[in-house]
Amino acid sequence: MTDQEIIGLIDSSLQEEFELEAKIMTPEASFYDDLGLDSLDVVDMVIVLEAAFGFKIREEEAIRSIRTLGDLHAFVIAKKRKLEGTA
Amino acid sequence: MLHRVAITGFGIVSCLGTTPAEVGAGLRQGRSGIGIDAERVRLGFRSPLTGVIRDFDVAATLPKKARKSMPDFAVQAYAAARDAIAMADLGEELLANDDTGLIFGVDSSCLAAIEQVDALRRLGETVSLGSGLIFRSMTSTVTMNLNTLFKTRGACWSISSACSSGGHAIGQAADLIALGRQERVICGGAQEINWESMCSFDGLGAFSTRIAQPAAASRPFDKDRDGLVPGGGAAAVVLERYDLAQARGATILGEVCGYAFSSDGNHLSVPSVGGLQRAMRGALKAAALAPGDIDYLCAHATSTPAGDAAEAENIAAVFGPQGVPVSALKALTGHELWMSGASQVVYTAIMAQQGFVARSVNFETPDAASAQLNIITATLERPPRHVLCNSAGFGGTNACLALRFGG
Repeated sequence: MTDQEIIGLIDSSLQEEFELEAKIMTPEASFYDDLGLDSLDVVDMVIVLEAAFGFKIREEEAIRSIRTLGDLHAFVIAKKRKLEGTA
Repeated sequence: MLHRVAITGFGIVSCLGTTPAEVGAGLRQGRSGIGIDAERVRLGFRSPLTGVIRDFDVAATLPKKARKSMPDFAVQAYAAARDAIAMADLGEELLANDDTGLIFGVDSSCLAAIEQVDALRRLGETVSLGSGLIFRSMTSTVTMNLNTLFKTRGACWSISSACSSGGHAIGQAADLIALGRQERVICGGAQEINWESMCSFDGLGAFSTRIAQPAAASRPFDKDRDGLVPGGGAAAVVLERYDLAQARGATILGEVCGYAFSSDGNHLSVPSVGGLQRAMRGALKAAALAPGDIDYLCAHATSTPAGDAAEAENIAAVFGPQGVPVSALKALTGHELWMSGASQVVYTAIMAQQGFVARSVNFETPDAASAQLNIITATLERPPRHVLCNSAGFGGTNACLALRFGG
């Protein structure tokens, strides 16, 4: 997957799960303030992303420091690349 | 000093409809909301009869994020409460304060409890269950969710007392206002409709098996009744301190002028002669009314042989033979269980607004107990004025609400 494909899949998965409009899905968008998500939604976000990408991220410490959609894009891209490197 | 308690709004999602116009027409015309759920037969139910809610779109009512913590009946409770609040014309400032609360009668959230167990067995790990099921599966799911949606900051809890849950919820809400502990409470009852929550109840043999005639299956007080038909949905009422409602220029639709409770202290499923009677006498006393003042009694009567007979004896003991006009609306709706004590208040308020009292559909032949009652067999073309609403539940828990309409 290219970085753009990964970003596309993250955004479409979150849009479907949380009924988010495409126009607010910018890298700068904050999960809490701009996307209106809360700590319970993060539980569901992890499940959705694990299903979309076929990896496990639930125990990763780095998730806790994610604040914006751009942070999430970077986190997932890094995870994918790391898994590709070990494959 | 006790405050008076005004009814300033109501809303309902029932098998008779989702608007006062539709529900009122159903009550007036005697249109049944009962149908067949064929899956129940395949699963081994004795009876596939159930109340059927049509034209309620759960997904169109609230966004997915809100719905993930709400079973369908909580979304229906939201819709009923939203409509009640709109009717009462309560703005944000009258909701988001310490003096506005929520009390609902609910006694199960069975489907969500099953879903979480099934999902765990399928997925093999709790972290994959998602965030919603815990909130969906709790008995207080209605009040916890509505509190976050309406931003109320006062009372927030649910009452569980089987089929009198909705009656006690409205009664306790009225008490909190009368005592000055809340200025307004959004109250009501909600009941899930699904086979999962009804299977073991069906096994008791309590449900009607008049399958060939769904509209004739629920026949309260009739000699040939053979059991109840389960139904459900949600009913909500806005109660307010009377003087405050008046001062803000609200339309006063009616008044909760008395509430009393009692319990039988007797049998799990067989109602006593005496229990409901004490609740009715208590409600009359609280309202400072005599039996002769009551011009309509909205009976609990669910169409079970034992329950209706006990209620008929209790009504006759309080009012004397033929003492008060009675009808049983469960002939049309089936037994709305946890919701029913609240839906009776909404149905009665709709009749008061539309100027009639519904007849007791399917009552054709009295038995020895119901022969003592003045059961309404033709629609009365006058509004109810002083009303008692009965509800009673497993374990012998009884609620009676005295209502006043028309000033």
